[in-house]
Amino acid sequence: MALIEIKNLHAEVGGKPILKGIDLSIESGEVHAIMGPNGSGKSTLSYVLAGREGYEVTEGSVTFDGADLLEMDADERAVAGIFLAFQYPVELPGVTGMTFLKEAVNARRKAAGEGEIDAMQFLKMVRAKAKALGVTDEMLKRAVNVGFSGGEKKRNEILQMSVLEPKLCVLDETDSGLDIDALKVVSEGVNALRSQGRSMLVITHYQRLLEHIRPDRIHVLAQGKIQKTGGPELAHELEASGYADFAEAAA
Amino acid sequence: MTNDHSNPLMQVSPATPGWLKPLRTAAAARYGQLGLPKLRTEAWKFTNLKVLETLAVKPASSGEAHPDLPAALAELDACRILIVDGKVVDHGTLPDGVEAAGLDADAPDWVRETVGTIASIENHPFTALNTAQFDGGIALRVARGKSVETPIHLVHLSTAGATDEAEISHPRVLVIVEDGAILDLVESHQGTGAYIRNTVTEVSVGADAKLGHYKLQADSREAFHVAMTAVTTKGKSSYDNFALSTGSRLARNEVRGHLGGQHIDYHVNGAYMATGDQHLDTSTFIDHAEPNCTSHELYKGVLLENGHGVFQGKILVRPDAQKTDGYQMNRALLLSPTAEINSKPELEIYADDVKCSHGATVGELEDDQLFYLLARGVPRDRARAILVAAYVDEAIDTIDREPVREAFRAVASEWMTHHVAAVG
Ligand SMILES: Nc1ncnc2c1ncn2[C@@H]1O[C@H](COP(=O)(O)OP(=O)(O)OP(=O)(O)O)[C@@H](O)[C@H]1O
Ligand SMILES: [Mg+2]
Repeated sequence: MALIEIKNLHAEVGGKPILKGIDLSIESGEVHAIMGPNGSGKSTLSYVLAGREGYEVTEGSVTFDGADLLEMDADERAVAGIFLAFQYPVELPGVTGMTFLKEAVNARRKAAGEGEIDAMQFLKMVRAKAKALGVTDEMLKRAVNVGFSGGEKKRNEILQMSVLEPKLCVLDETDSGLDIDALKVVSEGVNALRSQGRSMLVITHYQRLLEHIRPDRIHVLAQGKIQKTGGPELAHELEASGYADFAEAAA
Repeated sequence: MTNDHSNPLMQVSPATPGWLKPLRTAAAARYGQLGLPKLRTEAWKFTNLKVLETLAVKPASSGEAHPDLPAALAELDACRILIVDGKVVDHGTLPDGVEAAGLDADAPDWVRETVGTIASIENHPFTALNTAQFDGGIALRVARGKSVETPIHLVHLSTAGATDEAEISHPRVLVIVEDGAILDLVESHQGTGAYIRNTVTEVSVGADAKLGHYKLQADSREAFHVAMTAVTTKGKSSYDNFALSTGSRLARNEVRGHLGGQHIDYHVNGAYMATGDQHLDTSTFIDHAEPNCTSHELYKGVLLENGHGVFQGKILVRPDAQKTDGYQMNRALLLSPTAEINSKPELEIYADDVKCSHGATVGELEDDQLFYLLARGVPRDRARAILVAAYVDEAIDTIDREPVREAFRAVASEWMTHHVAAVG
């Protein structure tokens, strides 16, 4: 059964239609990639899935793990297992990384009727995961993303993802801003999370990331619609030909 | 009870020891001339006291029931001095190096010489009124060179019952930290019912001395809280003042500091958090009279519902005060369309080689920050509380003394959970 099934999804932002009929379903355990020109609606799709206010669904449906996703608030979606790694991670002055992670984990535990997580045990677990991703203790003590470099912010997103162990990971241009070595480290972190029960939707402009994280399917999003779907070879084709065909096709 | 409309809030005078008579007489006369501040008085233009002109009042009579200290403050290791309706009821064994005295017929010379010399009755009707009417009060002195480890906690309580008349009291405190001495002073203000607490605290910080002065104003939501903290500091001393204001219907927290020596490090910071129809006024005055001093001032406000915040801060840099380094900032977070803030930061500089900055900001919660927390599964009410607490933390972080800092943080966080989360 598909973990997520998006049908004929239309959405607008500030009264402007951006998504114009997206059909996409991802089986449990599969990794799909979305590529597409700037402004084609990739981040919009990720925000719509995460439940951001101001992104209004005007038509269509999204079923996640058997439930109507569009009926859920953003926090409920996260607890249900959707994780969005932001294209532009947000700075939270005054909230330390450790506090932030603990709040997120405890929110899930509370929803599951469990007590708060043991602080020492949690610290140990986070430190181990942080180390693997090159996130230092010092970064965890600092306010979330404040003063972080672009690459540090992206690592931090993947750290959150590995701590929260979501069912669906939506990665919005996680590779942008990463240097070559960091791209490897982050990709390894993502690959470590690949499992039977977990699906991923990887948004990227570059084939390079897809060499590290091999997707099962690649979709081309242009003009608010999936224009083409194929296997990993599609990334190479796009690298050579660009998006010119799709701009015409949709016009 | 007597309600003299020409002298609103004046009650029958308490017993007056001989040494206090001239000061009291002058103060009563001055209050008679000044009367209650009007909106046209520049220093009070944002705080309307009309309601006090006709409010039925009576002297406070000590009742039994009073609220417990917030848990975090109760757990703080401190020497507590219980002051109910302005009268000292009880104090534990004072730490080594600290002596206490009453402001009565038995007052020692150091008390008689100092009372009324730091807080002036000239332009401040409430200080004049307090001086004319205080009944009881306490003076504390830390001996030269003594470093007092245990904080002293002044627990101000008022116990007005359910009554049509507001109970009025005028707590009076004098704190002298002699040269080279170190003390942390905590004060908390709580109570039940309708009352007016008009406190005057005079503080003298000697050369090379250090005083941390931390105040929690959590008075009853029917109460009026008026406080004048007047501070004088000598060379190379440091003074660290912080006020957390969450209580009362209308409150005015005023801190006036005179920097009367070189290399003084003077801090006045705070956070005010208002909801319902609360009106919380913070007014400060910093008088740089000598060169090479630093002053730091940061207030953070959180205003919900019809909460109204007022900040008036003035820094005066006199001609001699070269190399003054002054920073003043008031930041307010408005969490409802009907919340309101009036900010008036002010610099008056007569020296030419100084580094002073001031400003005020007004903001709302950032949507993208809220969404980031939601997207990680944190429920909306909790997310708001986290963001507001983080906002206020910047001010709380200025508290120098660590256990006090954490206690105040816990009190603020408790407030967030109750009030910010609740309005969703
Ligand atoms: N608040 C808004 N009001 C109007 N238009 C908006 C708003 N937010 C986004 N858009 C528009 O929606 C379109 C899609 O934006 P989106 O961020 O989804 O693109 P993207 O595919 O992620 O692009 P990129 O590759 O540059 O990240 C853009 O044309 C953008 O200008
Ligand atoms: Mg984008």
